[in-house]
Amino acid sequence: MFSVTLKNQIFKSMCAFSAVSVLLIVLGMLITLVVESFPALRHFGFLNFLTTADWNYSKEIFGALRPLTGTVISSIIALIAAVPVAVGTAIFLTELCPDKLRRPIGTAVELLAAIPSIIYGMWGLLVFAPFMEKYVEPVVSASLGNLPIIGNFFQANTQGGVGLLTASLVLAIMIIPFIASISRDAFNQVPDMLKESAYGLGATRWETLYQVVIPYSRNAMAGGIIIAMGRALGETMAVAYVIGNRHAPLDSIFSPYSTITSVMANEFNEAANLQMSSLFALALILFLANFLAIIAANRFLPAKK
Amino acid sequence: MSYLKRRKIINILALTISTLCAALGLILLFIILFDVLKEGMESLSFSIFTKDPAPPGREGGLRCAFLGQGLITLIAALVGVPIGVLGGTFLAEYGKDMKLTKFLGRLSDMAMSVPSIVIGAFVYAVLVLPLGGFNGWAGAAALAIIILPIIVRTTADMMSLVPAALREAAFALGASYHKVIVSVVWRSAMSGILTGILLALARVAGETAPLLFTSFNSNHFQLNLNQAVPSLTVSIYQYAASPYESWVKLAWAAAFVITVLVLFLNILGRVVVRLRTKN
Repeated sequence: MFSVTLKNQIFKSMCAFSAVSVLLIVLGMLITLVVESFPALRHFGFLNFLTTADWNYSKEIFGALRPLTGTVISSIIALIAAVPVAVGTAIFLTELCPDKLRRPIGTAVELLAAIPSIIYGMWGLLVFAPFMEKYVEPVVSASLGNLPIIGNFFQANTQGGVGLLTASLVLAIMIIPFIASISRDAFNQVPDMLKESAYGLGATRWETLYQVVIPYSRNAMAGGIIIAMGRALGETMAVAYVIGNRHAPLDSIFSPYSTITSVMANEFNEAANLQMSSLFALALILFLANFLAIIAANRFLPAKK
Repeated sequence: MSYLKRRKIINILALTISTLCAALGLILLFIILFDVLKEGMESLSFSIFTKDPAPPGREGGLRCAFLGQGLITLIAALVGVPIGVLGGTFLAEYGKDMKLTKFLGRLSDMAMSVPSIVIGAFVYAVLVLPLGGFNGWAGAAALAIIILPIIVRTTADMMSLVPAALREAAFALGASYHKVIVSVVWRSAMSGILTGILLALARVAGETAPLLFTSFNSNHFQLNLNQAVPSLTVSIYQYAASPYESWVKLAWAAAFVITVLVLFLNILGRVVVRLRTKN
């Protein structure tokens, strides 16, 4: 029989070890990524790797510039498209929605945030990409495509609707429920007293929202949006299908392009040597970018109690 | 007067735009759900559960993929859940006042948001390369790494909600700390911890990216974890992009099953919490 203190000690050390395992895993991940990407980073040089656009198997030149810009641009477009829709949804849910519908619609939005990203990717490939090719691209290239100078950037292409904009929009749809739930929670934190004071001064609903509710919850929303951006940056399955993973200059917003995750998903299993190491370097960049995003988000988000 | 009118018009305009945004967002999301349900129902037949993959054109199923994915998720849960609950216990109890604890809590938040494909690459380097090929253990490890921080975080949060008076009452009866934790704190926080576990499982049930480089996929009925193990999500990934209609249909059917499963786990998690708060 163990004595009570011994049992307590064993239990305590098991707990402590389990808690530290998170630290060990994160450290292990960082070290492994650095070690694995070292050959590529030494061969090309870190800054040179970041600024090289080529991704060429036969010449064995690999640079992160295109996947990196692809990741950043697609995430930014996704945020620009998703934030207004999501915040509108949150406003609707907190201020306009009839009480009876508030809970079911709110729950539905939260549930939609849980749908696996492969489902969004598959839908994007089989439903949304053909839709973009058939209806959106001809219209946009017929109108915006005629503009001087920037017109070329809106030319349609014949790739089955797969491309940067399609991927960005699929990402946008995927992060809408996430941003909407966070904004709704933030709006709900606003004390009723504040809102009532605004109404008491004669403000309209919109003025109360715009000048009281949104400023009050600005930080929480900013934190939520940064976390959503982190998700968009690291999202693989929703993007890998619909971006086309093409290593070529971006000539039109509809063109196939690549992101860090699409390059990894498509090439990891067939890569070796320098290419493999370059893929690990891409993973390292993504890992670090994500940490920076979370640190930034924590500055905005109210401390957890 | 015109000033007042202008404010009213702006008000109506802005609120209308919000409502339209909400409608647009909800409609888009429901279109996706509807497409998955419709296409899935049309393609779903019982043989998907009883047959193994077949060449294009022949009737096949995904029996091995269901079992393989289930097995990998089960092992991931068997590893990740106990470590996660114990780790969360440390954060909420023993290490409550340590500086390290705050840091570990922050770190779990960060670990939670590491892109799953990066976790896949990490596990590839430590468990696939040294062992000489794709294997089921690596897939389970990748999923365990994903659920671990989620469970640490929710367990710690739920346990710190348990009132200190409850613990003190148990201490006053002469119970040791581990006894207090196991029989009092865990018990009171049970439903919350359980919800955390369910949500973590729902999250990994549909994960694809971390399996791509670890347990990959197999078309054969084989559950030997030393080799590549059939996977439902990786099958969807491969079949949906294939040019064969029968494979695309299989992908829709599998997507339907996963969506229903994930929604079910999420709803179950909510019900567990609500049942408990009612009591």
